[in-house]
Amino acid sequence: MLYVAKRLLAMIPILLGLTVVVFGMMALIPGDPATAILGSYATPENVERLNRQLGLDRPLWEQYLVWLGNILEGDFGRSYSLNRPVIDEVLERFSATLLLAGAALLLCSVLGLLAGAVSAVRQFGWADRTITFLVLIGISLPSFWLGLLLILLFAVELQWLPASGMVAIYGGGGPLDILTHLILPACTLAVVATGVIARLTRASMLEVLRQDYIRTARAKGLSERRVIYRHAFTAALVTVIPVIGIQAGFVLGGAVYIETVFQWPGIGAMLVKAISTRDLLLVQGGVLVVAASYVLFNLAADLLQSALDPRLKG
Amino acid sequence: MSAAAEPIIEVRDLERRFGGGRDLLGRPKPAVHAVQGLSFDLLKGETLGIVGESGCGKSTLARLLVGLDRPSAGTIRLEGRDVTALAGRDPRALARVVQYVFQDPVSSLNPRKTIRAILEAPMVHLLGLDQAARRQRLDELMDAVRLRSEFLERYPHEFSGGQAQRIGIARALAADARVIVLDEPVSALDVSVQAQVLNLLDDLKQRFGLTYLFISHDLSVIESVSDRIAVLYFGRLAEFAGREALFAEPRHPYTRLLLGSAPVPGRRSVSAEEELAELPDPLNPPPGCAFAPRCPRAQEDCRQRVPQPQDGAVPGSGHQAACLHPASGPLAGAEAAARA
Amino acid sequence: MSARAARRDRPDQGRPSPWALLLNNRLAAAGLVILSAVVLLALAAPLLPLQPPDVTEPAERLKRPLAEGHLLGTDDLGRDLLSRLLWGTRVSLAVGLSATLIAAFFGSLIGLVAGYAGGRTDSLLMRGIDLVMAFPYILLALAIVAVLGPGLLNALYAIAVVNIPFFARNIRGVTLGLARREFVDAARLSGKSHLLIVVTEILPNVLPVIVITMSTTLGWMILETAGLSFLGLGAQPPQADLGSMLGEGRKLLFTAPHVSVIPGLMIFLVVMSINLLGDGIRDVLDPRLKSGALARPSARTEVRRERVPPEPEADPGRVVSVAGLETQFRIGREVYRAVGGVDFRLASGECLGLVGESGSGKSVTALSLAGLVPSPPGRIVGGRVDFEGRDLLAASDAEIRSLRGGKLAHVFQDPLATLHPLFTVGDQLVEAIRAHQPLSRAEARERAHALLGQVRIPNPAARAEAYPHELSGGMRQRVSIAMALANDASLLIADEPTTALDVTVQAQVLKLLDGLRAERDTAVLFITHDFGVVSELCDRIAVMYAGRIVETGETQAVMAAPAHPYTRMLIDCVPVLGQPGRRLDAIPGLPPPVNRLPEGCAFAERCPRAQDDCRAGEVPLEPLAAGVADGRAVRCLHPIVEDEKKEPAE
Repeated sequence: MLYVAKRLLAMIPILLGLTVVVFGMMALIPGDPATAILGSYATPENVERLNRQLGLDRPLWEQYLVWLGNILEGDFGRSYSLNRPVIDEVLERFSATLLLAGAALLLCSVLGLLAGAVSAVRQFGWADRTITFLVLIGISLPSFWLGLLLILLFAVELQWLPASGMVAIYGGGGPLDILTHLILPACTLAVVATGVIARLTRASMLEVLRQDYIRTARAKGLSERRVIYRHAFTAALVTVIPVIGIQAGFVLGGAVYIETVFQWPGIGAMLVKAISTRDLLLVQGGVLVVAASYVLFNLAADLLQSALDPRLKG
Repeated sequence: MSAAAEPIIEVRDLERRFGGGRDLLGRPKPAVHAVQGLSFDLLKGETLGIVGESGCGKSTLARLLVGLDRPSAGTIRLEGRDVTALAGRDPRALARVVQYVFQDPVSSLNPRKTIRAILEAPMVHLLGLDQAARRQRLDELMDAVRLRSEFLERYPHEFSGGQAQRIGIARALAADARVIVLDEPVSALDVSVQAQVLNLLDDLKQRFGLTYLFISHDLSVIESVSDRIAVLYFGRLAEFAGREALFAEPRHPYTRLLLGSAPVPGRRSVSAEEELAELPDPLNPPPGCAFAPRCPRAQEDCRQRVPQPQDGAVPGSGHQAACLHPASGPLAGAEAAARA
Repeated sequence: MSARAARRDRPDQGRPSPWALLLNNRLAAAGLVILSAVVLLALAAPLLPLQPPDVTEPAERLKRPLAEGHLLGTDDLGRDLLSRLLWGTRVSLAVGLSATLIAAFFGSLIGLVAGYAGGRTDSLLMRGIDLVMAFPYILLALAIVAVLGPGLLNALYAIAVVNIPFFARNIRGVTLGLARREFVDAARLSGKSHLLIVVTEILPNVLPVIVITMSTTLGWMILETAGLSFLGLGAQPPQADLGSMLGEGRKLLFTAPHVSVIPGLMIFLVVMSINLLGDGIRDVLDPRLKSGALARPSARTEVRRERVPPEPEADPGRVVSVAGLETQFRIGREVYRAVGGVDFRLASGECLGLVGESGSGKSVTALSLAGLVPSPPGRIVGGRVDFEGRDLLAASDAEIRSLRGGKLAHVFQDPLATLHPLFTVGDQLVEAIRAHQPLSRAEARERAHALLGQVRIPNPAARAEAYPHELSGGMRQRVSIAMALANDASLLIADEPTTALDVTVQAQVLKLLDGLRAERDTAVLFITHDFGVVSELCDRIAVMYAGRIVETGETQAVMAAPAHPYTRMLIDCVPVLGQPGRRLDAIPGLPPPVNRLPEGCAFAERCPRAQDDCRAGEVPLEPLAAGVADGRAVRCLHPIVEDEKKEPAE
């Protein structure tokens, strides 16, 4: 418990660091917001007055504190392109992203661990060769292209699954409807991460299987099944779990492409649009929320890892 | 060694702490004393053996002596100059006098450098020799450690452990150092190779008039090479004596335990403690003598104050033991019964 | 451990060059061929008879592939796709490569400085890196592009920045390990400055890791810059890279799929060939993967016997009989004869010490009995092991499993590595008990506590809940011994069980083992390099050299009057406590590598008594004195006989 509390406390500086980075990047953007708002014909007096109103004449750190205070109160500003509060738009879309990313993460963890373990146990056998080959293809595929191919195949040719969106336009919205819409994007999103996890699981299983304590387990007369799945797999899991945490970042980020390809109403598609329309407050809100959720994912991975490995609880 | 020999290195109240300090909230952080209250002289021309088990601070001591680490308190003086200050100001001047031979011969040679490059480094950086002088010195060195000079162009992985250790010794000699700190120089070697290296070290010492500080966990090796011996336990000096005196009449109960525990070929001689031996927790050391919890002679006062090294029955003999209730006479009682 | 020793002893046989190794790897070679072809085509794009990539020709729009004049067809503006593809590949490759170089340079610099300096510098730099890594990968790149504005160069910077942490962390990890290596201390003592050490000592060792990281991230970088362009945030029209071509083609997905499928295929080809090549490069540069060391050891040593000795005559007192045991390691085309025909017997309650230097085959002999030599590369090619009424080398896997940890138990050298780090010692004991006895979990736990008590661990119930790393070395070895005794073994194989322990702890463990052996009448096969330890514990000893027993007999007799010159010299070269003045007679030379054993006696090369007949033909292990059944035997044609031996010690 003390360990969990410590880890939670250690998150605070990271989250604060995130806000500093985001604030700093926004401050770096060339151009003067007041001029941008008032147009290029504004008088210098007007610009100065507006700057004072916006607090832009104060030192940077003061501006940051005010900004941070607003963020903490949930005030992310107003999106000018959508004309609604950023927080509303972000939260609405974030739930769609979470669904997509969560499904993909679940898929890649299960498949990746399974494929990696099978591959290691059957090292150099046909199953290993097949998996290794598929993994190689998986990590080399541009996911946005794979998405297009899958749409062509399953939506256009076979017409099994819908091509885009999260719900059917007419009479959609039920769980089954969402699920059918989820399958293609979630699978596409999971492909690369599955490959990465499978590779790592295979490597770390092979590494663990050469350890002395595996020889000890065999010398005790345990069945090979128990040696592999209890002794070796548990130990391999300790090195794989943090990587699953990192993959959460790839999946959350990769959602940007997949949401664009499948027109999934998530935060990634929103970000791309916001960047091209220069709606920077919307970008800032989206980045902050996704980054914060990623920190939480990593925390969960950390805690899971330390639950498995007593050596980590110093 | 006669008492008249002058000291080349003087160690006084040496202490090295790891960790410690305070955390952000001002609470003291745990500290480990690797070495504590150590005082001794290294005399010119002698071999001083340092013996102890893992965690006794012998490697820390070695690193302090060559300036690879800095003491938390106390001083080391090399021919009157402060080693710590010298290591900071002019590490090359220090390295010209004191050199080091590492425990793991393979790890102490850079795998991507030829033997020539490894041996030339001290000649270039410490002595500033030109190419002709270096070539001559290389030939001398390879001859001294009995390696063929065609080995110079090879890489470390092409050598066996014993050969690699001889290259490590050659490197220590390359800069004409007078004092060599040998940190478990033969522990990583097979027994048949151990003897080659021990004999070589002995030969080099005579030939170049070197002074050795020889660290080992192996009592029989220490006995065979040392003039005087310091026994360390848990970062402190337990006993310090000339070789004959130490082995004939060990005074500290720990020394006696150590001697009794060492197996001797051809005999059943080992005596072991009844209770499970556990080293004290370095983060939470017991008050008083660190050996007291394991000591058969321990009394109440042992658990209250830390004993300081003291001369024995013959003052001025240099036989010191840090024990409030030292034993006397040759290894006796249980130890001798087991040895018979 | 002896596989390692065998490898170390191998003289260098002109290892093939890295290039040859890389080309031997078929997949990597395929990757190299594809990549070279693509790179050549892209480089040659200005020279090839292609239409200009940006000239629109509305009349020719949306031609399918293989159309006349347009091999890959045209896009919706009538631009030739082949030409655009090659020019786009140029851009993508250039951008990916530049981003990789930028990230590699800054990342490696940060990693080197952080890893070498350590302390505050390290934690400051790494906190910064952590912060960058706290953002999901692409998201940070997006944010950077949002700030800098869309554009190919900005996308390049963004991708480079988000990849810096990978280099920094990888390089720092390696540097940290190297900076603690003794050769860095040695360089300092050779008078080298910190800067010089980083550049001349550490960098050469880190370089392979930088190359590996580059080769594994290059594909990623190309993929990600293409992604940004796909989203319209990278290359801006009319400039095109593969990603922006794909992005533009997406609009035509349903009408003209080839416009988007073709550039996507190109990205895939490029990235896959880079990944194939990268894997190959990693395998060549990463020393751990050399010589098949990563092959998974199977549950039991492979047995392919070419020679099977006859069954030994029955003897009720005998526990185990080993005859003609031969175990080899096959690495590449080399055959290492680690054990070259070993015979011994053990009666119940008897302790046999198997003594030898590293590489002598003593551990492999011990591990061969229960089939614990890793295969590949290990293989038992001859002999028989009779135990519990059957030949273990012919027994089924199930029989072997029921014997392991049951009647035949092991204790290994380093107790930290041999206990599972993630389970409590109690759980590991319970597991060992329940693998052989039909006990409930609670009963087994009780028995485990009793066993811990028998190996004199104080407060066993509490200690059972401890993890191995929470116990001292001596305590862990006691746990290992308890585990070995859990099921009333009749034979205990102890492989250097005290070598990793301090001498006072060793004394206790030896005493414990001796007591338990007497109490339970267990036969013990004790492997060690230390004559002192052997004398302490063993009734008989067998001295091994180059995979064979060269001398065997009662411990006292052998120690007092060794007959084999090797035994004599091995005893003489060890300093003995209490005899400091004794001259140490070093054995000249080194043992022969077991893949190049000489004909005749393997020791002849180093032996002062060797004569011509020693180097010709097999030397048998024969009784020292004919007709005397004292078990004394020696593998020597000219043994040291009574009258010429030295005075025995003391």
